[in-house]
Amino acid sequence: MTNEAKLRFEFDVDGDNFTSAGTASETVKYNLKQLGIAPDIIRRVAIVMYEGEINMVIHAKGGKAVVEIDSDEINITLKDVGPGIPDINLAMQEGWSTAPDNIRSLGFGAGMGLPNMKKYSDKMEIESVVGEGTTVKMCVKIRKEA
Amino acid sequence: MKLREVIEKLNATTVNVSDPEKEIEGGYAGDFLSFVMGKAPENCAWFTVMSNVNVAGVATLAGTGVVVLCEGAKADENLSARVKREDIDLIETDYDIYTAVLKYNNAD
Ligand SMILES: Nc1ncnc2c1ncn2[C@@H]1O[C@H](COP(=O)(O)OP(=O)(O)OP(=O)(O)O)[C@@H](O)[C@H]1O
Ligand SMILES: [Mg+2]
Repeated sequence: MTNEAKLRFEFDVDGDNFTSAGTASETVKYNLKQLGIAPDIIRRVAIVMYEGEINMVIHAKGGKAVVEIDSDEINITLKDVGPGIPDINLAMQEGWSTAPDNIRSLGFGAGMGLPNMKKYSDKMEIESVVGEGTTVKMCVKIRKEA
Repeated sequence: MKLREVIEKLNATTVNVSDPEKEIEGGYAGDFLSFVMGKAPENCAWFTVMSNVNVAGVATLAGTGVVVLCEGAKADENLSARVKREDIDLIETDYDIYTAVLKYNNAD
């Protein structure tokens, strides 16, 4: 990849289909491998994107994912028009979850998704308006600046 | 340890095995998928009773070495179809998680 090259992937994340949840993240992981990105970077992107993608599926009836890759960093934007998050600080706490029982029985709802996203990204921003939707932006650096 | 040794030790049924000679290192036990995502080491044996299709996505994205369904849990139809299609390693054992982990570690 040259310095100028910027790759962009866009995905529609289906909100009614639990059986295909995670597909966008899996496609991104596959593509990053093909590009020869370092395994530890791929792992972090896979974790943060999966958590964000699943959140759109279980909490917001789906949304859009955009992944941009250049030589220095990988930027992931997840945008939904779901119910929004009333208290972001609370949502960020480990263990906080509003997932209903039927979702918990599938293994979701530990309240660890957002904390994982924070932990494994280099930068994370959440914008959310109740009744309008949520946008999460995350950045994973490929090269740390000197 | 090789995957085939894990299968032997756990007296496991195989749902899908990509390569019996593959190396499995370390382990993680748990059912909440976000804990697994954040904590399971790559190439590990993941011990769980969760048997729905989302297990496949987590196994792929967290890069676990093999999923070990314990307590006699059986992969549901979607999960078993998907691990075969995507060649994800998944085995089933009748042991409970505690016993399975002990056996995996030769500590029983
Ligand atoms: N995109 C979203 N739209 C609306 N609410 C959200 C969204 N993402 C997260 N939330 C809210 O924040 C809470 C915490 O999210 P987090 O991902 O940490 O945990 P969880 O999804 O409930 O469980 P886990 O991720 O461990 O399976 C959620 O339960 C939900 O209330
Ligand atoms: Mg979540």
